Amino acid sequence: MLKAVILIGGPQKGTRFRPLSFEVPKPLFPVAGVPMLQHHIEACAKVPNMKEILLIGFYQPNEELTRFLMNAQQEFKISIRYLQEYAALGTGGGIYHFRDQIVSGSPEAFFVLNADVSSAFPLTEMLSFQKEHGEPNSFVILGTTANRKQSMNYGCIVENEETNEVLHYVEKPSTFVSDIINCGIYLFNPDIFQHIGAVFQKNQQDMLLEEPTNGWHRAEAIRLEQDIFTALAGQGKLYVYKTLSFWSQIKSAGSAIYASRLYLNQYHKTHPERLASNKEGGPKISGNVYIHPTANIDPTAMLGPNVSIGTGVTIGAGVRVRESIILHGANLQDHCCVLNSIVGWDSTIGRWARVEGTPSDPNPNDPYAKIDSETLFRDGKLTPSITILGKCALTSNESCIPHMNW
Amino acid sequence: MKALILVGGYGTRLRPLTLSVPKPLVEFCNKPILLHQVEALVKAGVDHVVLAVSYMSELLEREMRVQEQRLGIRISLSHEKEPLGTAGPLALARELLNVDNEPFFVLNSDVICDFPFKDLLQFHRNHGKEGTIVVTRVEEPSKYGVVVFETDSGRIHRFVEKPQVFVSNKINAGMYIFNPSMLSRIQLRPTSIEKEIFPVMAEEGQLYAMELQGFWMDIGQPKDFLTGMCMYLQSLRQHAPDRLRTGPGFLGNVLVDPTAQIGENCTIGPNVTIGAGVVGARVRSHSWLESCIVGWSSSVGQWVRMENVTVLGEDVIVNDELYLNGANVLPHKSINESVPEPRIIM
Repeated sequence: MLKAVILIGGPQKGTRFRPLSFEVPKPLFPVAGVPMLQHHIEACAKVPNMKEILLIGFYQPNEELTRFLMNAQQEFKISIRYLQEYAALGTGGGIYHFRDQIVSGSPEAFFVLNADVSSAFPLTEMLSFQKEHGEPNSFVILGTTANRKQSMNYGCIVENEETNEVLHYVEKPSTFVSDIINCGIYLFNPDIFQHIGAVFQKNQQDMLLEEPTNGWHRAEAIRLEQDIFTALAGQGKLYVYKTLSFWSQIKSAGSAIYASRLYLNQYHKTHPERLASNKEGGPKISGNVYIHPTANIDPTAMLGPNVSIGTGVTIGAGVRVRESIILHGANLQDHCCVLNSIVGWDSTIGRWARVEGTPSDPNPNDPYAKIDSETLFRDGKLTPSITILGKCALTSNESCIPHMNW
Repeated sequence: MKALILVGGYGTRLRPLTLSVPKPLVEFCNKPILLHQVEALVKAGVDHVVLAVSYMSELLEREMRVQEQRLGIRISLSHEKEPLGTAGPLALARELLNVDNEPFFVLNSDVICDFPFKDLLQFHRNHGKEGTIVVTRVEEPSKYGVVVFETDSGRIHRFVEKPQVFVSNKINAGMYIFNPSMLSRIQLRPTSIEKEIFPVMAEEGQLYAMELQGFWMDIGQPKDFLTGMCMYLQSLRQHAPDRLRTGPGFLGNVLVDPTAQIGENCTIGPNVTIGAGVVGARVRSHSWLESCIVGWSSSVGQWVRMENVTVLGEDVIVNDELYLNGANVLPHKSINESVPEPRIIM
């Protein structure tokens, strides 16, 4: 049988997602109409023999998370549990800490997925790949191709082109190493814990030899990428499965809009019922649009492409929304124009207002370009990015809001 | 009586509008600028208007024939082949102006105000000297040349160019009346009336100033064109309020040509002029415009936002959902991208 582990991080993580992550834990932020995590869970639940999904993170138990888990269990009919770390233990430390939970029931393998990626999740393909290539108990990293310049922002994988074995792994190098990057989705088996355990022991010993440091650096904090993969590369145990299907990181709010676009596109195959269509008495729909059934939309509005409308949203007459995410309870008054923006929960956009962000999309002419996750400021100036209106923001009538964070 | 209007050349400051139409014919509040002036002159008893031009326009000539008929006056064009400055054109038109012994008006073609030609004639006759200049009060006199004169009589003492210290807040409003004898002071060569003629006349006690009441504006560039429009509409509200359009959806001072068509759920104003519907521009649904000039036959798409003295020339197309901030767009151009910072689009 199989299991899946999703690493969801905690409040100190996901800072590039602020101010949106102040309101809702980032893994629950809606992307293409449903919480980010739901796409992962749905993909895992589809894999034959999947018995349990474990979420590991260090969020305090909160209402939204609990409610989400309950609903997800009912909908996907699979056991889903949240294991809370007592501190930030890193991408490796968390699964090591809960290794007993993971291996209970003797799964032959388990997936580990980062919550902040959007992907087609080719999990069954990874399983087939693992059976065909390399040793019986090898581990698989999902990889994809990036362009040369951007690859250095990710984990870089050098592979043996015939055997697909990982020969070398470097996390965010400062010089070019490889254009194959780590997607943050892995297929492990219980052997992985030996390797993590070895690193854990070593760290403990090092700690004993050193002066007591401040609380930042914990022995139990282990990073899969730097501490495990780098060491495993070239040992005949680590393989890379390259995919051509869509993949994008969701670090900043701008990347949430881009990820939305990728998932909305996928809905044609997986959930055509989620895509809005032009209907008598309904708004004009262009491209892929998701509208929650409780949203109230004037028939003279025009939505899309790439728009997600959340619960209880009101959209007035003659409103134009394009490349944007409108969150729960927002109110867009008559004739306003919202482009490349995220409008936060319960915000109001006044009549004839224009809210416009600058898209940070990857270069459409480069098939391997990935979205940039720019920092908020560069050289003392605000980087042009999508416009984000946080919770309860209010734009007055006829105002114009260019790429800002409120 | 006669009048000379200094029309000048290509009207470059009012581009892109003057790329399609000579400046005197550009509509200001739904009437060609020149016509505002000519009609006011006719009301004060002028029957012959001379237009001093440095660039001959067929369009202008043709339009002037039409107006001659309509107003029952004579309109001549005096064409300077080389630049003659601000006084030279008077010398060039000497033959036309020196016919009888009546004083003649001179005005700058960019000026808009409540034209006081009758009062000016009266004032000029009263003091009996050679020339009278209309002056107007401004807030920042040191940007201009100021006129220093005796408040009681109006007699001008001197002129000061861009004074550093406050001297006076009255400036030359670009409207004058002269006796024909004054023409002997000007030779047919490039001459500045402010620098070479007026100071001498003032010295001799032959130049007087009459203060203008009401609004005044030099509408030679788009920003001032719009400011002037606001002032003119305000003046209409006081003197001829029925010319303005009121009702639901109309705020403040709004002037609408009878042939224009306005759709549902539009809010127009304050300070808006809408021209004739036939050769008119089109602004489509849900767009928002402020401080703009939309040229003849142009088309503005849906959900467009234009502001900050955006000027569209003739036959410009702005596509849907764009943002234009201070864009200056030349004729026959199609705009497909937003203009976030003021610039010229060729």
